[in-house]
Amino acid sequence: MAAEAPALPQADPPGRRVRLRLSAAVWRRPWIKGTGLLGPPAGAFLVVYVGALGVLLLSSLWTVNAFTGELVHHWSLANYRLIFSTSEPYLRIAGRTIGIAAAVTVTDAVLAFPLGFFMARVAPPRLRAVLFVLVLLPLWSSYLVRIYSWQTILSHDGALNWLLNGLGLPDQNIAYTNWAMWIVFSYVWLPFMVLPVYAALERIPESYVEASADMGARGARTFRSVILPLALPGVVAGSIFTFSLTLGDFITPLLIGGTNSSFIGNVVYENIGINANVPFAAAFAAVPVMVMAVYLVVARRLGAFEAL
Amino acid sequence: MRGIRRTHILVAAFAAALCVPAAGVGSGNGLPTSIGKGEGALNLIEWPAYSDPSFAKKFEQQTGCIIHRKDAGSSNEMVALMRTGGGGGGGQYDLVSASGDASLRLIYGGDVQPVNVDLIPSWKNFLPAFKSPPHNTVKGVHYGVSVQWGPNTLLYNTQKVKPAPTGWASIYSGKYKGKLTVPNNPIQIADAALYLMQTKPSLGIKDPYELTSGQLAAAVSLLKAQKPLLKRYWNYEADEITSFKNGDVWMGAGWPYQTLQLQKAKAPIKEIVPLPTTGWADTWMLAKKAPHPNCAYKWMAYVTTPQVEAKQALVFGETPVNPLACPYMNKLEAGSCAKYHLNEPASYYAKIKFWKTPVPQCGWKPGNGCMDYNAWQQAWTQVTG
Repeated sequence: MAAEAPALPQADPPGRRVRLRLSAAVWRRPWIKGTGLLGPPAGAFLVVYVGALGVLLLSSLWTVNAFTGELVHHWSLANYRLIFSTSEPYLRIAGRTIGIAAAVTVTDAVLAFPLGFFMARVAPPRLRAVLFVLVLLPLWSSYLVRIYSWQTILSHDGALNWLLNGLGLPDQNIAYTNWAMWIVFSYVWLPFMVLPVYAALERIPESYVEASADMGARGARTFRSVILPLALPGVVAGSIFTFSLTLGDFITPLLIGGTNSSFIGNVVYENIGINANVPFAAAFAAVPVMVMAVYLVVARRLGAFEAL
Repeated sequence: MRGIRRTHILVAAFAAALCVPAAGVGSGNGLPTSIGKGEGALNLIEWPAYSDPSFAKKFEQQTGCIIHRKDAGSSNEMVALMRTGGGGGGGQYDLVSASGDASLRLIYGGDVQPVNVDLIPSWKNFLPAFKSPPHNTVKGVHYGVSVQWGPNTLLYNTQKVKPAPTGWASIYSGKYKGKLTVPNNPIQIADAALYLMQTKPSLGIKDPYELTSGQLAAAVSLLKAQKPLLKRYWNYEADEITSFKNGDVWMGAGWPYQTLQLQKAKAPIKEIVPLPTTGWADTWMLAKKAPHPNCAYKWMAYVTTPQVEAKQALVFGETPVNPLACPYMNKLEAGSCAKYHLNEPASYYAKIKFWKTPVPQCGWKPGNGCMDYNAWQQAWTQVTG
């Protein structure tokens, strides 16, 4: 027995010893564990998200040789000067993009609030489930299919004019206008507003409403002083989706827009293919990034991130 | 500091990725003198149906080169695809069916390589206008072979537009306000310039693709005046077809392809070719790092043979560059050779101004006094934006 005792540590396989050492080291220094766990995702986040954004902003400070399409690595603000020059169309295009994104956001908020309220606080469970399916149903089909179906509805011999004529009303020429874009955007992004609004309304305890009633508040007063402030973060959270999705779109203007419908995304798309003017496209693409940064700061102030 | 250095490396890597296509690391400068054995595959960037199975199947059987297609929706898309996967980047594609508004961009961008036209047997039979056209031949060096061409045409709805239009003036007049359409393409500026050549000779426009800044400004102001008359700018052929079909648009600039499709769908649409007009001509161009050059040469030789030229012309609604295709066209569809203007005299071709990418050098005066494509793109955004 005594002769076998010193042999024991040797019987311990070397792999196990290394593992024990490692686990001891990790136990002694907890930061190793943290780094090992969070390192890969943080690295991916830095390279993929922040890295791409950084390269975008950096390349916006370069220019391109118009003749060969080669990049000129010479720092200049020429691209930004062009964008912010009042004699150029770019400010107008940015204004239109932001304006329509804002209009779509307000429209969706106005449409989504009553719907979300009904779903969260009025509808019985089975009806609620049906409504949920109906809200999400459009998301099951391709975004392109939905745009093209609106093209069919709004076009000259489309369903809308057929209906209007049936009612004895004159034709409307809505297809290929900014009105058409407003309608289509409001439709395609509506589910993204309904869901956070519903979630926010659903979280308001019934007891708050009862308390308000006990203190003598009527329905309108309760809505104004209790429901609306508590639901506002949900609306703002939804608006982040509707606003940013509209801001970055370029397909709807292409397919349903008219002669005054170019978005920031369209200009970016056109500039990439032409002489590979990536720097200018990058500079213009930085505009919505800045707009969204400001928007998110305001949204945070309004408590939108707690409602997400 | 360390963070900054890391960013530098990232930027350098990104810049290197962008620069490679333009750097010109060629796969040999000497042109091939014969076509070797096929590599078994051929990767094309093409206009939809440019390698239609009705004639491409036979090629695959004969040569063993299996075709992989990447359809492009616009000239810009083709240039972008070549920049990222054709030229220096991935060395992924072999050939691109570039139109004249893209071909010079690809040549000057170093995305394509010279081609030995002696290896294309049909080349010597081409119409003179398409042997060495300025949109694919620079200083006597060929960067591909012409394949098909077509004029830009004026489409109109025969029930709504009466009397029928006679010239391009119709798309600048207010008679059909709100019912007109033109392509969403900077090259459309050339159409305006061509119209100004006749209506305002005092501007001194010699070539609609070689405009001074003053001439470009004049074309832009004409296009800005046209804008309120338009229903929309069309982006894809299918967009224009839809707009004509459902009555949103009654008249506009387009291609024979759209007319053909609309007439097939029994829409009351006709077209005229008002002369002079602009037109397009497509070239099969060889990518700088083409992985299957032998198959690419075999394809260029195959598609320019009279029989295949005739087939492709009728599939797409365009005109061959090889006049020997005429009898084969007539055999496939009686009278089609004349319908697609393949039997016209040289004077006819002189009246069609084929797309070419605007570059700073003017052909008609010394020096770099002309506006380049970047300036055209910005001018076009000023009009449409």
